[in-house]
Amino acid sequence: MKTIKVLGTGCAKCKSTIAAAEAAVKQSGVEATVIKVEDIQEIMKYNILTTPALVLDEVVMIKGRVPSVDEIAAMLR
Amino acid sequence: MFDWLDHLIALLVFDTFGLSSESRWGHALHFFFYDSIKILLLLFLITFLMGIVNSYFPIDRIRAFLSRNKLYGAEYLLASTFGAITPFCSCSSVPLFIGFVKGGIPLGVTFAFLITSPLVNEVAIALFIGMFGLKTTLIYATSGIVLGTLGGYVLGRSKLEPLLSDWTQGVMQQAQAEEAFSEGQRTFSQRLPEIAREAYGIVKSVLLYVLIGIGIGAAMHGFIPTGFFEEYISKENPFAVPIAVILGVPMYSNAAGVLPIIQVMVQKGVPLGTAIAFMMAVVGLSLPEGTLLKKVMSWKLIAIFFGTVTFLIILSGYFFNLIL
Repeated sequence: MKTIKVLGTGCAKCKSTIAAAEAAVKQSGVEATVIKVEDIQEIMKYNILTTPALVLDEVVMIKGRVPSVDEIAAMLR
Repeated sequence: MFDWLDHLIALLVFDTFGLSSESRWGHALHFFFYDSIKILLLLFLITFLMGIVNSYFPIDRIRAFLSRNKLYGAEYLLASTFGAITPFCSCSSVPLFIGFVKGGIPLGVTFAFLITSPLVNEVAIALFIGMFGLKTTLIYATSGIVLGTLGGYVLGRSKLEPLLSDWTQGVMQQAQAEEAFSEGQRTFSQRLPEIAREAYGIVKSVLLYVLIGIGIGAAMHGFIPTGFFEEYISKENPFAVPIAVILGVPMYSNAAGVLPIIQVMVQKGVPLGTAIAFMMAVVGLSLPEGTLLKKVMSWKLIAIFFGTVTFLIILSGYFFNLIL
């Protein structure tokens, strides 16, 4: 069971990242939960400067851009 | 730059639709089609170019550079310039703020970045080029950077650290120059589709506002007599600039829609300097941004921050009216 966290304070780009992550989970068939992290104090623990960021099992994989569905799916596999 | 489009639209409106180039409707329709297409082309081009710059822009290294080097005041100018280059997403301003503070960058330098970042952004630049030409755009961008530098310097000198939220102060005390996570290198062809997608997304999100703004502008263009506003808003009226700026501060989401209207107001007699100051207030300060900042600072500091920037924008409005 993998955990994807999407860090972002709720702007449009963060929403598209969440949508992409959810689509990637479905597409890859890997069991994973997508969690939305909107609390800025929580977000800053990951030491990033730009949002949205994508964290897979507590490792920051992407920051400051919206990844494509395929890209996230590839990470999951 | 856009003469070809001008002719093409003239062909469509005056010859194909059969409207007279002297008629009000002819004027208004020509303005609407010409401006919409021109602005859309520019918007896409500029957001795309800025997307490429941003994709390669090493924000982490810049933070490390700013926190490691004492630059005798030049760090304010640098931070302000970086703020202009990085595309603005209101949601990134708080992480950036904390990230800078965490890296041990002084508060004033962080503010310099925070002021310029929304002020000089790709959507405003594209609209400015389309509406007022390159020269005015350059004046706008340069004064935005100067304004951020000055604002950051003034705020930095004011010993405002106690007005930060407790959490931010805690972060500040543990500040250290640290290396943030950075992604592996990706090739240009890997980045390109993403950049194009993002540019398309930005253009799409402001499209409606731009079209409504141009629509209102077109109606005004055709139906309001030239020089109409001179009676009310002239360079001689000393209150015009502050009133325009204070009206501009609460507007944000309509930035893309406001510029086309401003353009027509300038044609009809509003001084350009007053108009630019108004735009700066619309684009540079927004209430949603203010509420986001609540996480990192007290209301008092937010008020000081907004007050300082508003004051500087009013000053630059007077300055523009002097030189333009």
